[in-house]
Amino acid sequence: MTSGTPLFPINASTIASRVDNLYFFLLAITAFFSLLIAGLIVFYAVKYRRRSPAAVGVSIHGGLLLEVAWTVIPFVITMVIFVWGASVYFAMASPPAETLNVYVVGKQWMWKFQHLDGQREINQLHVPVGRNVKLIMTSEDVIHDLFFPAFRVKADVLPGRYVNIWFNATKPGRYHLLCAEYCGTRHSGMIGEVVVLEANEYQDWLSGGAAEGSLASAGEKLFADLACNTCHRPESGGRGPVLNGLFGSTIVTATGETIVVDEAHIRESILNPSAKVQPGYQPIMPTFQGVVSEEGLLQLIEYVKSLQPQPAVGAR
Amino acid sequence: MPTLLVPPHHYLNDGYGIKSWLLTRDHKRIALLYLAAVTVFFFVGGAFAVLIRLDLATPAGDLVSDETYNKLFTMHGVMMVFFFLIPAIPSVLGNFLVPIMIGAKDLAFPKLNLASWYIYMLGGTFTLYALVTGGVDTGWTFYAPFSTVSSTTNVIPTALGIFITGFSSILTGLNFIVTIHRMRAPGMTWFRLPLFIWSTYATSLINVLGTPVIAITILLVAAERLFQFGFFNPAVGGDPVLFQHLFWFYSHPAVYIMVLPAMGVISELVAAGCRKPIFGYPFVAFASLAIAVLGFLVWGHHMFVAGESVYAALIFSVLSFLVALPSAIKVFNWTATMYKGAVSWETPMLYAYGFIGLFTIGGLTGLFLAALAVDVHVTDTYFVVAHFHYIMVGGTIMGYLGGLHYWWPKISGRRYNESLAKFSALIIFIGFNLTFFPQFVLGYLGMPRRYHAYPEEFQVLNVLSSAGASILGVGYLIPMLYLMWSLRYGPVAGSNPWGAVGLEWTITSPPPTENFAETPIVTWTAYEYPARVETHVA
Amino acid sequence: MSPDGAITAGAHDIDPVHRVADDLDEVRHGALAHQFDNLEQQREAATLGMWAFLVTEVLFFGVLFAVYGLYRMWYPEAFTAASHELHLWLGTVNTAVLITSSLTMALAVHAAQTGERRQLLTFLVLTMILGAAFLGIKGYEYYSGFVENHLPGPRFQFEAEHFQHAQIFFSLYFIMTGLHAVHMIIGLAVMAVMLWLSWRGTISPEYYNPIEISGLYWHFVDIVWIFLFPLLYLIGRHA
Repeated sequence: MTSGTPLFPINASTIASRVDNLYFFLLAITAFFSLLIAGLIVFYAVKYRRRSPAAVGVSIHGGLLLEVAWTVIPFVITMVIFVWGASVYFAMASPPAETLNVYVVGKQWMWKFQHLDGQREINQLHVPVGRNVKLIMTSEDVIHDLFFPAFRVKADVLPGRYVNIWFNATKPGRYHLLCAEYCGTRHSGMIGEVVVLEANEYQDWLSGGAAEGSLASAGEKLFADLACNTCHRPESGGRGPVLNGLFGSTIVTATGETIVVDEAHIRESILNPSAKVQPGYQPIMPTFQGVVSEEGLLQLIEYVKSLQPQPAVGAR
Repeated sequence: MPTLLVPPHHYLNDGYGIKSWLLTRDHKRIALLYLAAVTVFFFVGGAFAVLIRLDLATPAGDLVSDETYNKLFTMHGVMMVFFFLIPAIPSVLGNFLVPIMIGAKDLAFPKLNLASWYIYMLGGTFTLYALVTGGVDTGWTFYAPFSTVSSTTNVIPTALGIFITGFSSILTGLNFIVTIHRMRAPGMTWFRLPLFIWSTYATSLINVLGTPVIAITILLVAAERLFQFGFFNPAVGGDPVLFQHLFWFYSHPAVYIMVLPAMGVISELVAAGCRKPIFGYPFVAFASLAIAVLGFLVWGHHMFVAGESVYAALIFSVLSFLVALPSAIKVFNWTATMYKGAVSWETPMLYAYGFIGLFTIGGLTGLFLAALAVDVHVTDTYFVVAHFHYIMVGGTIMGYLGGLHYWWPKISGRRYNESLAKFSALIIFIGFNLTFFPQFVLGYLGMPRRYHAYPEEFQVLNVLSSAGASILGVGYLIPMLYLMWSLRYGPVAGSNPWGAVGLEWTITSPPPTENFAETPIVTWTAYEYPARVETHVA
Repeated sequence: MSPDGAITAGAHDIDPVHRVADDLDEVRHGALAHQFDNLEQQREAATLGMWAFLVTEVLFFGVLFAVYGLYRMWYPEAFTAASHELHLWLGTVNTAVLITSSLTMALAVHAAQTGERRQLLTFLVLTMILGAAFLGIKGYEYYSGFVENHLPGPRFQFEAEHFQHAQIFFSLYFIMTGLHAVHMIIGLAVMAVMLWLSWRGTISPEYYNPIEISGLYWHFVDIVWIFLFPLLYLIGRHA
């Protein structure tokens, strides 16, 4: 990690420059108006200093032109900042279509990173440089927040929900990752490092890797252990909907809601099955709340994602 | 120059003994009861701040354990927000001045006013009890599910303390609203009111509308802890983000409760310090109301990364920029007032000029936080800590001290030592900036808030900040000493030591219990100065 | 006005009627508080104060209604199932009791306006009896709710399908009706004070504002119940 006394954070992601540019603009506005007001105050305080105890100021009640000017000009400036900030924010909130996904589980007081091929890391995250990386995050207990100052991204990590952030690291190196939502005693200890590697080094690291198999294969095993396959079969006619090819599609539920089948929906359907039932099926699926851990949920989700439609018989 | 005498009969010698104070109906005595109480809470909260900054002088956080540190920053926040910043100016200066400034004999409901003080003391007692028997470690923001399920500290007594104290704010706000509506002297139309009254009125609107929301929210936290109810617990289908919506729906307007009264003080100080009307009086008056209204619409800007939707974030962002505008308008109007003024360099005015500069910086850094993309990076870091301390300390506390110095002669009948006062103001200004400016840099670097220990490369900036804090602490102690000293040994002030206009300067210092022997009839506009001013002071 | 001198123009020169009215009120009633100039101002201030206070109460209960609205939107079936466990008839009787008490309260205010002391006392007592009856019935409902294991927490029982979300319904039920009951108890205390004032003869056609604003408070607590009742008891109970 860096030592010495840096005064500005390293710029290590594609979005960081856009954030920094807006920051510099804001700094300029702040400096300008602060110096203007401070300067005027000092100038007037000196120039119009009360020369005798009985002196009185010149009574000027107001000026409409000035009022309009110093309302409209700040309004325009703030709207410029708003639009600029919003557009960069949209980019932050819209992960690209192709991403390298990593699951993150935060708990008091550590970060667990789960790569799709089974690699597990604690408080350390290896990623390749120049690739879009998406983190799918949840908490096992209280609200945490995963923050990468060098990438300029953070998001609260919530219990009971998945939250996504994405970044594209531009410089190999080691950077801080920190918890940025107060979560109890060892909140300030919930820190680690993200290790950005060149592509080939990243491949080396990956293959040096996991003893267990990928998340999806672990999920396949769990799917069978929990007997999910008795109702969810590759062909239609089972007691539950066919899961092959389901992930990423858009469906209409029995109550008329249109939803996209994403990680959150799979998770909800395992923990609270009667919330969104597909048409034509009975709400008989039992809940697996308390039966499946957060890791288990990730494995099942990855397995369901991996299920391809069966030729000829697959239903959508 | 005539020798000034203390008037024979005034509110301070109208009855002696503890009963005459603890059972008083006089708004001026109640103001002093509040003054004593908020001062104690301020120094308790300040002591915690000193410990925090001492601990942060080293990266490993060697001074206290992490558990203790978490309690320190929580209790610092709770004490300062609920027991100092929210009540101080309204309950001390507001209570003292509102009836006098509008030409009334007292507030509309004097007994309710006393009850407000007792309620405040009861709430404070609960919270101090929680502190003394182990403390709380949830942060003053009490986020669920940590506060409801995970924390093992005295959440419930603290929550009850805050709940009870909320009623003090509600009743005081109610009292002010009715008083300002119904008890203005003949001829005192709305647009002849001092701007301090406009600010107090706007503050009271927020107090009355917002405080019930935090009361219920904190009650729900206590109920969830006690009975495992589950509103904010995902395990039973509750939503922890709902807590944040409810909490910030009050707590954002709360920051305007904290700053609006200070702005009102500044209007008075600038007008008196320049001996001319505030430039753009109607704009400043309406800006206060605009801040109160818009302040209720922006709470989601505390939650841009908390899980709210992109569209909600957009709306809250644009509204947050809009709420900055009335404050900007005030700053420009105050500055314009100084043009061709007869500008005083006396202590209260120095605090006012300090306020305007520091509030400008603090407010502009709010724009960084309203800008969505930048907020993602700096939220939950020391950037936010620096921003709100610039407003709360550089703004509100300087406004409070300025007002305290300005009206001290009226309240006590004595003048304080001007050289010591100027010296303290300078120490406070320097100490303040040294404490909090480095924190902007730390925040953008990425140092999160509420961290007991931190990466080594942040140490130099932290040490600067801690050095500033010790200077600031000394700066706050000195006024306590010379103000107390002046009560006995200060020169007699006379009714108008500043040569200012305003109803409060037409009555004796200290004022008589009933304020006015006869109800004044007001025929002049606010801040209407004659061609020359007679003062008692050379 | 001299810059630092006192205001010299006196109220005497401006509004002699105003001053005479002060003295009469003071003499006649002893009910004029020192900070007010006349009874009219005092009455207006007290009324404005009560309305402002009721606005704070709207915000106070409003948070709970907002939380209720959100969770009902998310878990409609659980809320319906839980609502059906409440005692509809007890709730309906209580609604009738409370509405009647508002009627007796309004009649009490009218009696105060027209100076009929005995009617005033009677209606105040009736209002208090009805209020107490409401609390008694509510207390019985709470007791049976406790016995039926509807209190959220370790002893809570409900059908498995809605177990979690029904807990949220019942949490809201107990908190909202509990808060309402606390307001009723405060209302009874206020009525007791009104009863005492009326008994003493302090209330008259010239000075009945305390009864009026107590009535405002009582009606407000009634209105809160009018909202609580259908939202809690009547979910999905059409036909």
